[in-house]
Amino acid sequence: MKAFTYERAHSAQQAARAAQQHPQAKFIAGGTNLLDLMKHQIETPTHLIDVNHIGLDQIEKTPDGGLRIGALVRNTDLASHPEVRKNYPVLSRALLAGASAQLRNKATTAGNLLQRTRCPYFYDTTKPCNKRKPGSGCAAIGGYERNLAILGTSEACIATHPSDMAVAMRVLDATVQTVAPDGARRSLALAQLHRLPGQTPQLETNLKAGELITSVTLPKPLGGRQTYSKVRDRASYAFAAVSMAAIQMPDGRFRFAFGGLAPKPWRVEAAESQSQPPAVAEVVLAGARSSSQTDYKKTLTARLIASALKGGNPL
Amino acid sequence: MKFTAPAEHNPIDQLKVVGHPHDRIDGRAKVTGTAAYAYERHQVAPQAAYGYMLGSAIAVGKITRLDTSQAEKAPGVLGVVTYKNAGRLKKSKSHASRLLAGPNVEHFDQAVALVVAETFEQAREGAKRLHIEYTSWPGRFDLAAEKVRAVPPKSNPMSGPPDTRVGDFESGFAQSPVQVDSTYTTPDQSHMMMEPHASIAAWHGDQLLVWTSNQMIAWAVRDLSETLSISPQKIHVSSPFIGGGFGGKLWIRADAVLAALGARLVKRPVKVALARHQIPNNTTHRPATIQRVRLGASKDGHIQAIAHDTTSGNLNGFREERAGSQSRLLYAGPNRLITHRLATLDLPEGNAMRAPGEAVGHLASEVALDELAVQLKMDPVELRLLNDIQFDPEKGPQRPFSSRKLKECLSEGARRFGWERRHPQPGQVREGNWLIGHGVASALRNSPTLESAARVRINSSGQLTVETDMTDIGTGSYTILAQTAAEMLGVPLHHVTVKLAESHFPVSCGSGGQFGGNSSCSGVYAACLRLRNALAHKAGWDVETTTFSDGHMSSAGQTRSLGEVAGPKGLSAQDKIEFGDSQKKWVQASFGAHFVELGVHRISGETRVRRLLGVFACGRILNPKTARSQLLGAMAMGLGAALMEGLAVDTRYGNFVNHDLAEYHVPVHADIPHTEVVILEELDDKSSPLKAKGVGELGICGLGAAIANAIYNATGVRLRDYPFTPDRLLSQLPPV
Repeated sequence: MKAFTYERAHSAQQAARAAQQHPQAKFIAGGTNLLDLMKHQIETPTHLIDVNHIGLDQIEKTPDGGLRIGALVRNTDLASHPEVRKNYPVLSRALLAGASAQLRNKATTAGNLLQRTRCPYFYDTTKPCNKRKPGSGCAAIGGYERNLAILGTSEACIATHPSDMAVAMRVLDATVQTVAPDGARRSLALAQLHRLPGQTPQLETNLKAGELITSVTLPKPLGGRQTYSKVRDRASYAFAAVSMAAIQMPDGRFRFAFGGLAPKPWRVEAAESQSQPPAVAEVVLAGARSSSQTDYKKTLTARLIASALKGGNPL
Repeated sequence: MKFTAPAEHNPIDQLKVVGHPHDRIDGRAKVTGTAAYAYERHQVAPQAAYGYMLGSAIAVGKITRLDTSQAEKAPGVLGVVTYKNAGRLKKSKSHASRLLAGPNVEHFDQAVALVVAETFEQAREGAKRLHIEYTSWPGRFDLAAEKVRAVPPKSNPMSGPPDTRVGDFESGFAQSPVQVDSTYTTPDQSHMMMEPHASIAAWHGDQLLVWTSNQMIAWAVRDLSETLSISPQKIHVSSPFIGGGFGGKLWIRADAVLAALGARLVKRPVKVALARHQIPNNTTHRPATIQRVRLGASKDGHIQAIAHDTTSGNLNGFREERAGSQSRLLYAGPNRLITHRLATLDLPEGNAMRAPGEAVGHLASEVALDELAVQLKMDPVELRLLNDIQFDPEKGPQRPFSSRKLKECLSEGARRFGWERRHPQPGQVREGNWLIGHGVASALRNSPTLESAARVRINSSGQLTVETDMTDIGTGSYTILAQTAAEMLGVPLHHVTVKLAESHFPVSCGSGGQFGGNSSCSGVYAACLRLRNALAHKAGWDVETTTFSDGHMSSAGQTRSLGEVAGPKGLSAQDKIEFGDSQKKWVQASFGAHFVELGVHRISGETRVRRLLGVFACGRILNPKTARSQLLGAMAMGLGAALMEGLAVDTRYGNFVNHDLAEYHVPVHADIPHTEVVILEELDDKSSPLKAKGVGELGICGLGAAIANAIYNATGVRLRDYPFTPDRLLSQLPPV
């Protein structure tokens, strides 16, 4: 761990301003990912801005019937919130499918969105990794890639985004609110938050330097039947091989978003106008690049879709 | 004492203390944090500096540039140990490779440097500032590719010759009307014990003191002596608490040697713990295997021919995985062929992990038996009962088993489990999306015994102190040794203090190979017999007529308290148990049977176990509570081996990729269902004066095979490549 300085911010605006003054700064909230990365010197911030005391830890209804989730709301609190359980069950289920109880107690809403990949080569500093060291190459391609991405990848990177929560937020059409160091506030669709790797896998989001997520907003409840199916190698405390957030809307139409497949929560809206399982799977998996190790993810995705469309609770 | 004939009635048979489910006597210290583990023994070396190991970034090759200057200038750094300043280091016979690389590198993450600093963080930062360049050479990392170059390994005293042949396997197999010929693979596995390898070292003049976490104290002294070329008399090792070992701490590793070298360099005590991610590649692992099993049987199910051919690989051709061990002993059959081949690999050292040999051997042999039952259309429990044998199938009736209750385990297990309700046709039972299956497997683990010494002292208050270099790796050694001494001298358990794992104590068997409990308690038994003699002698009584009970000794109508007889200076006695040729005369092994109920998800291919039952017979149970814990824990580990554990080899770089507990999956609570452990009554008088056998490694043997067999019963899919993650099943499941 590199030596660093530390300050505690007391408002979002103050935190963003502090980030502007320290170009090598990182915000720290739950720290469940950042601290590990700092110990490995994969992240080497010179300054940490503690955002745990800036408020933004409330969940409140919006005027149009949606729900605004403060950036600092812990995963445990979000998963157990009555409004979430009642009106956005897919989100509650996705959260509870992630990590462990101890981690969920610490992890925050914004931190969960901004966590970095669990690609083992990203963590092994003896191996090339374009995300960790741009231009060094990708050791994962052709290596142990069994649980890496097949969609949205590039020759430079096949890392996945590990979040379960974000997959549910994606299917719910969540938006993300931010504040910039100059005080400017904006809102962007969650779909626009994460970038695909292309030739710059080190750039993972469209946030600008020092821009801080303040909340995530869910539109008014969709109703319908909501499931989160996470397939993994053990019963708990494992990242998804494939996960699927599915909503069967009151009008019978389906929405799907997927985890474990791509560098961001993966949703292909065009697939949702299809009705036959193979057609849905074909559109979702269009452009997939898999290897002998990851071919199974296509099979698994198609099976999960088929099961949902046939009215089953996939898992 | 020499144990040369079956044990007769002896004081242990009173069972006033032995055989009772006493809580661990070290339990309170452990749960209150006062049992200090190696890295936390602040009081032994309060001024210890911190060492951080840097491992090699390549697998095979040479260090071409080694620049420590930036690291040495880093804040708080006190010194850097590398091959350039370490002095001459030898490779001990216990190690496949040197514990400090340079200039040549033998495997990935082999230690290349230790940075010593005032704080842990400074040492770790210093390690990042080392500038090391390598030339990398091609290596051999793919067992399947190297299999053709595998050679017969050497014989070894514990497991005998690598190949054994009885009768004529080839013609016996060819003439068998029912045949199975299947090949199974098991991956490299990591011990992943909770406590990482850790040591504190200090020099007092030319005396080396090492506080470490190690299963075998005398071996630690020997290997430090060989490695550092200093006399064993000058080496002192202490390891009273160990946070799990599973074989990964049978031999000293880089932490101990580097701590000693670091302490010598900076002239103060140094502590070193391996980071979790360093453990799989820097230390040892259970090697991967490729196992071919052939079974030939008559139509009525009698096995006519058994062959079990295992290939494993190791660094520098070090040692093989004896996966055929149980196939020599489990079932009858006149024609037998067991072989082991060893390939040379440039992966880190492969070595013992809980039930070396049998743990992965069963994963092949007990699945092959299930495949035979399918072909025969015979119940797999019935097939096993039919082929039971009460003597060594290789050596004949002149070498019987000392005790063998495999049939009883299978029958009692089947009864308790409700085996008769199992559907014999695969893929027939469905609950919602879950395909339900049931499986069975036998368990055999050899029960070796090793020489073990102890000293027992009694003071004027009648308090006993047991001293032996035996270790407690979480198994309960403290408690069963205390129970043994209490029984022998007739004192209450709380009057016994057990001191373990100091190299100046009498040399014990240590903890490993499931020999620890039985052998070390026998050592204490021997010492206690001596102490009884000494007490009787001092009282002027005949020991044969003297009884020891309730803190007193009595003979010919007289009774005196032990403390009074011991007198103000107390009395002390030391002895060791030696086992003679009892292992030659009798096959000594523990037995069991596993029964599994599980569900395979018909859409995702996930396997989730619902119910586990293990029925075991392993001689006298010295403490039913700690014995049950050992069996339970081993069953959980067996479940992991079947469903999730496996080190992923990157054959381009020659390393294990999934090197931490996030990526190397072991079972979590949610994976472990209701587990029932049943232990059958058994006394084995040929095994030891305690009439006990090995318990600690039995439970892992066979459990994974029972899972494989239950998956087949659930789905009709026969899996032979471990572990059975969902991707292995998915393509073979019916469409949604």
